[in-house]
Amino acid sequence: MRFSVRCLEKRTVALKPHVPFALHDPGRVPLAPLPVEATYDTDAIKQNLAMMLRIRRMETLSDQSYKLKKIRGFCHLYIGQEAIPVGMENVLNWQDPIVTGYRDHGWHIVRGGTPFEVFAEMFGRVGGCSKGKGGSMHMYNVKNNFYGGNGIVGAQVPLGAGLAWRFAIENPTAPKNVAVTFYGDGAANQGQIFEAMNIAALQKIPVIFACENNQFGMGTSKKRASYETDFYKRGHYIPGIKVDGMNMLAVQEGTRWAKEHCLAGKGPVVLEFDSYRYMGHSMSDPDSAYRSKSDIQAVRNERDCIAQIKNFLVSEGVMTTDEMEKLDKQIKKEVDQELIKAEQSPPTPMSELYTDIVLGEQYSHRTCQGTVWNTA
Amino acid sequence: MISKFSRVFSKVDKKFFATYRTAKDIPANLEREKMNLFTAVNNALDITLQTDSKALLFGEDVKFGGVFRCSLGLNEKYGNDRVFNTPLCEQGIAAFGIGLASTGVTAVAEIQFADYIFPAFDQLVNEAAKYRYRSGNQFNCGSLTIRTPCGAVGHGAHYHSQSPEAYFAHTPGLKVVIPRDPVQCKGLLLAAIRDKNPVIFFEPKALYRGAEDMVPKADYELELHVADVVKEGTDVTLVAWGAQMRVISEAAAMAEKDGISCEVIDLQTLYPYDLDTLCQSVNKTGRCIISHEAPITCGLGAELTAAIQEKCFLRLEAPIQRICGYDTPFPLVHEPIYLPDKFKVYEGIKKAVKF
Repeated sequence: MRFSVRCLEKRTVALKPHVPFALHDPGRVPLAPLPVEATYDTDAIKQNLAMMLRIRRMETLSDQSYKLKKIRGFCHLYIGQEAIPVGMENVLNWQDPIVTGYRDHGWHIVRGGTPFEVFAEMFGRVGGCSKGKGGSMHMYNVKNNFYGGNGIVGAQVPLGAGLAWRFAIENPTAPKNVAVTFYGDGAANQGQIFEAMNIAALQKIPVIFACENNQFGMGTSKKRASYETDFYKRGHYIPGIKVDGMNMLAVQEGTRWAKEHCLAGKGPVVLEFDSYRYMGHSMSDPDSAYRSKSDIQAVRNERDCIAQIKNFLVSEGVMTTDEMEKLDKQIKKEVDQELIKAEQSPPTPMSELYTDIVLGEQYSHRTCQGTVWNTA
Repeated sequence: MISKFSRVFSKVDKKFFATYRTAKDIPANLEREKMNLFTAVNNALDITLQTDSKALLFGEDVKFGGVFRCSLGLNEKYGNDRVFNTPLCEQGIAAFGIGLASTGVTAVAEIQFADYIFPAFDQLVNEAAKYRYRSGNQFNCGSLTIRTPCGAVGHGAHYHSQSPEAYFAHTPGLKVVIPRDPVQCKGLLLAAIRDKNPVIFFEPKALYRGAEDMVPKADYELELHVADVVKEGTDVTLVAWGAQMRVISEAAAMAEKDGISCEVIDLQTLYPYDLDTLCQSVNKTGRCIISHEAPITCGLGAELTAAIQEKCFLRLEAPIQRICGYDTPFPLVHEPIYLPDKFKVYEGIKKAVKF
């Protein structure tokens, strides 16, 4: 990605997201005031737009590949929610571990992965980020502290709190890093989340409990699944902030607020993103059963994260519509190439069935189809 | 292990439905309707809600019909008070089911996929299974039934394909039942719901649409703790349950062409299981193969092998084989290699005969 002129200009704008910030203050620790303005630098924000376009294109191609039966199993698309990883990563660094659920394709490329690794993983080919053994729901990046996608909803939340415990032990009053652990509005009712919150509060663990509220837990509206739908308040004795998840700058500043809170040694915080997914829960979900096309279109017209950033960039004079069109085409071409590369990759070898179960052991098994794995 | 169980019939029960020992005993003149597995489940649940005023059906997404359509139309028919959704919390679902059952409500709880049953494992093993025992029969949660789809489906991978029956078959106090096709399913499910002990009813998800049969429309039960001899034979006994029955039947057909006559048995109730039928068969054939999708080590096949050889040792002509999934997590792209398919079972049959 090259631009002919590099401008590194830092600007500040007032922040007026569609969904205003909201604060839950249990009164146990002092809280900073809610964000009212956002800072951005003109170069980085173009990269942000590129990344959001990249995620959207990658997810669109995943949708097509699934319908062509190139991807089997499950596939949960992030279309609509791209602002969350992109906005957060402006504030987080790659020493801040993150762990999320199964809607993880976007996170993989935001944390240094490539669309090729994502596609190859979903197709079950060599070059996939988990050797093709995990599939859509299990993408990881060890080097950049992306602890992955997880299949069982809610199970990743106590795990994420555990990731941050190290920082609390090493430096209780000023931890060096923060962990972010994601869950959705459906998983918010899992008991283990409350167990994790209690331990995190007791031990002042610098963890951000990030709830991606996309209004529906599969096909169940949040109102029917949760008695309290203000998920940022569900931490009870833990402070919480509600952020407009469709506005990248709001996501950025909300994350900054949360991260600074944790880095000051004040303990955990809940961060709720008011977000929306345009596609069904997964590729096997015909979402016509629980919402209308007009609802989706209304949100898309009013709050789409990419459209918002594009309008913002034009009004701030950072990019012209022509430049954005060019960027669009460039990203499309780039991701399409990655897909072709992934389709040409060889399938994961049979021997991988028997590897990576436990460290240090080998098995052999003779069958009608031949030996599955040789002893060394 | 107690090999015979007696059913406690209430006077009301006996009046309205018939109990047959196996599907072969269902009279031919009963009016039948074409159903697949999920329709059979739906029919059984409909009958339950109709005949038992204290019956409730609940779980994740059951209200709109469930992700496999097993509860289609039931909320519309019986209302929110009897068929309702729970939030996403398996431990909560199981625990609430146990609580309801302890007060006499017939609680039919659905765990959306057997892979998700583990948060509920503590409740089922420590509470449901032990309630009657620890209270000296003062309390029980016998009217609890947990229904859950299990097994490979072709693309389910790690968390939509597991067969966790062995964990529950290792828990005295629980019963574990699994049907092989719609006729069995309806009869066994009604028996499981009405059984006065907590039952985990596994439904092979690959068969929800795939298995079709003419199922009696009437209210009927099939006896629990009875293994069904699906096909009689003289040379090798093949034992399986659920979706694996199709696999061993196909392998038996392959062996038939080589002149080997296989006896095919569906265990149906996995715990407590019908050892008598198995031993009767092995005493006849002298050879036995047990097949299941779950990993081989400490799977139910291991228990059956030990029990059968103890009783039939001198009669055995060949070692009892277990043709099962490998000891790996259920894989994604390697599923076809992992599964115990008909070729592996056929190879086992040949090995047993040539021993």
